[in-house]
Amino acid sequence: MRFTLNGRDVSCEGSGARRLLDVLREDLGATGTKEGCGEGECGACSVLIDGEVVDSCLVAVGQVEGRDVVTVEGLALEDGSLSRLQHAFIEHGAAQCGICTPGMLLAAHVLLQQSRRLTVDDVRVGLAGNLCRCTGYTKIVDAVLSCTK
Amino acid sequence: MVMLHAHALRPEPEVLLDLWSLDELKGVRRTSDMLEIGAAEPYTGIIASPEVQLHLPALAAAAHTIGAAQIQNRGTLGGNLANASPAGDTLPVLLAYDAVVVTDRRSIAIDEFFTGYRKTALQSDELITAVRFPLGRQVTFRKVGTRAAQAISKIVMAVSRSPARIAIGSVAEVPLRARRAEAALERGDVDGAIAAVAEDIRPIDDVRSTAVYRRTVTQNVLRELLDGPHSPSTPTVPAFLPRR
Repeated sequence: MRFTLNGRDVSCEGSGARRLLDVLREDLGATGTKEGCGEGECGACSVLIDGEVVDSCLVAVGQVEGRDVVTVEGLALEDGSLSRLQHAFIEHGAAQCGICTPGMLLAAHVLLQQSRRLTVDDVRVGLAGNLCRCTGYTKIVDAVLSCTK
Repeated sequence: MVMLHAHALRPEPEVLLDLWSLDELKGVRRTSDMLEIGAAEPYTGIIASPEVQLHLPALAAAAHTIGAAQIQNRGTLGGNLANASPAGDTLPVLLAYDAVVVTDRRSIAIDEFFTGYRKTALQSDELITAVRFPLGRQVTFRKVGTRAAQAISKIVMAVSRSPARIAIGSVAEVPLRARRAEAALERGDVDGAIAAVAEDIRPIDDVRSTAVYRRTVTQNVLRELLDGPHSPSTPTVPAFLPRR
């Protein structure tokens, strides 16, 4: 299988039935993507496929043949510096244990690409597929909203 | 149906066909008397479709309650149908609209589609290609779960007054039409329908709820949908969702 990962052409061997999550972490070393529940409930393994946020635990790697995959490693700028959204997470204390953070960042990144005029409810709906056990969500919502200004 | 579960596809397939790339299975098409939705059109596209919002607002409302963005970007009517879970959130809506399931070889009335617990009228090599909905029917929708997103329904209901259709999920081994309640509603007997619906359903105790709760809430939700305004439920679609 061949696809694009964070702008680079990559390929992997083996069955197309393997989970994209496992191929990212084990074959391609992209361990920023985390596994939480493994059944599409928690959003920790969120990645972007062709710009849309999906749970990589529910995607067979054969399904991304020829597609564009972005993980949290792809959010930073080309010189390696963090994006505005990533800085906002740090400034607002929106990351604690960190397991949900890569998925939160990707879901929030898509939200901010869709609109810069987001309400609290928009952010809560947009991040409803990403569970956090630490923050109580308020700091995450604040961090995302700070990027709309 | 093959599903990703517990870190692998089960049952393990010898060959994997990816239907996601087939544009023929996507899209929302309007004809003079029906709306046809491709079996692989994701819920995100269904929610954002102006045609669906106009003609099938109850379907848009149901799609909006499924998972959250990650699931709505991948989940489809074809998947909901083939999985045939009694808790499938679009399935009561399809029943209330008298939808037709179109496959590569025939059309199946939704009423005849669910044949048992997670069993369907599909043959093993049959492919769902689209779902057709008649126009002009007013359907209301309500789902009850533990939270607004990412919840598997405790009960889920879609109701049409005329013709009388009362379709309910998570209360039996299949998505169910409450026939006795429908007969009462057809006579204009709302109280009779609410009494009868408790006899129509066959709820169980499980990890998500109890039979007693489901029976009570089914009656309450039916009363709410029949007492409420007769306009279709309005899905809460955030304005920033991409229009396709």
